[in-house]
Amino acid sequence: MDVNKNSYTFIFAAIMVVVVAAALSFAATTLKPFQDNNVEQEKMQNILSSIGIDVSRPEAAVQYPTYITKQLVINENQLKEGVDAFNVDMAKEVRKPAIERDAPLYIAEKDGQTYYIIPLRGTGLWGPIWGYIALEGDLDTIYGAVFDHQGETPGLGAEIKEASFGEQFIGKKVLDATGDLYGINILKGGASNEHEVDGISGGTITSVGVEDMIKDCLKSYIPFLKEYSGATASATAQQVTN
Amino acid sequence: MAEVLDKEIVEKKPKEPLFSKRNRALINDPLNDDNPITVQVLGICSALAITVKLYPAVVMAISVLFVLAVGNVVVSLMRNLIPNRIRIIVQLVVVAALVVLVDQVLKAFVYDVSKELSVFVGLIITNCIIMGRLEAFALGNKPWRSFLDGVGNAFGYGMILIIVAFFRELLGSGTLFGVQVVPNSWYMANGGYYMDNGFMLLPPMALITVGVIIWVQRSRNTKLIEEN
Repeated sequence: MDVNKNSYTFIFAAIMVVVVAAALSFAATTLKPFQDNNVEQEKMQNILSSIGIDVSRPEAAVQYPTYITKQLVINENQLKEGVDAFNVDMAKEVRKPAIERDAPLYIAEKDGQTYYIIPLRGTGLWGPIWGYIALEGDLDTIYGAVFDHQGETPGLGAEIKEASFGEQFIGKKVLDATGDLYGINILKGGASNEHEVDGISGGTITSVGVEDMIKDCLKSYIPFLKEYSGATASATAQQVTN
Repeated sequence: MAEVLDKEIVEKKPKEPLFSKRNRALINDPLNDDNPITVQVLGICSALAITVKLYPAVVMAISVLFVLAVGNVVVSLMRNLIPNRIRIIVQLVVVAALVVLVDQVLKAFVYDVSKELSVFVGLIITNCIIMGRLEAFALGNKPWRSFLDGVGNAFGYGMILIIVAFFRELLGSGTLFGVQVVPNSWYMANGGYYMDNGFMLLPPMALITVGVIIWVQRSRNTKLIEEN
């Protein structure tokens, strides 16, 4: 058989491509459940990490239900029923105007305090960035924040993932003096007041991405949260008086 | 008569033992005289990138071992069927398929390491050692010898990776496989006199470490020194 004939070359290439494609799609389908499980556990780990609970990935799945008491979805400043908050695809939601989004909200109880954990999603320099920000009961003070990214430059933009960057947000305020949403400004050094944190040297575009992401994502929550926490507070007050 | 003739032919060409001297050289040479990193200076990019810690380096070494050994065997089995004009593309498809497979398996079972290795698993495809061995060896040799060649070269590569990672993790973070080995009381923060060398965590120190390994190797193995 002449292996250098044109027809043979074409047939060889065609068969090889089909065989390789079949083998790879089989492998991908078989491994998908394991990979999805890992991604889910990592999400739980990140959510817990935003309220200061650092556990390993498998441990996160165990601890998650004990801390996260409620998972809601907010749409047009109203509670939306029938949507699984944990599996909302933030990548799709952030493309809509803030008011129309299905915005997931995780409510955590830790040491008798209630924290509101808000998922964030935005764009860095090379690809998506995301994170979780936990607000204290006053809906203003940041209790914790974690960020992650898909492909920011290692050593520069990728540093948003480091705990040292997230820790800067603790105690900062997201509302201005009148109670409207203000957000957090990320500066090139010299962060001084309660609305400012230091950005990352050489990672300006990623830092700006984080700033925009926080402002943009919080929009869907603040009006609802004010009403919601007011309602729960008065409900508790009523219970106490009763 | 014919039987006698057959017998003679068989006796003339005895089957080579699996680990003959010639075959053992396929494993041994890449460890020293023909090391892919320190002598051929291939695969340097990944050697710099993923040797900050031992664990990812070991996972990377195992991944390359799998891709190189299986890739060599597959190409060797197909060597008489591969059309000459598309042989490089065929090799590339074989390597790429194996790498995607490794990547998927890592994502499923050692997710955290796979995140740490990130693009470097995918970049195994571009590791010159692999295409080099397929083109130079597997295309012209039988599967068993190709397998040994693949294993030998992957060991040669992995060995350097692990040595570099050992020193970088020990001196840069004071840990080995994530376990603290430098006593805590030594650190300046705890009133001691020691500090981890943060520079070891950066790629330039990997290059310098590889350079030191090459220096040590050549001073012990003088036939590697070029004459001029």
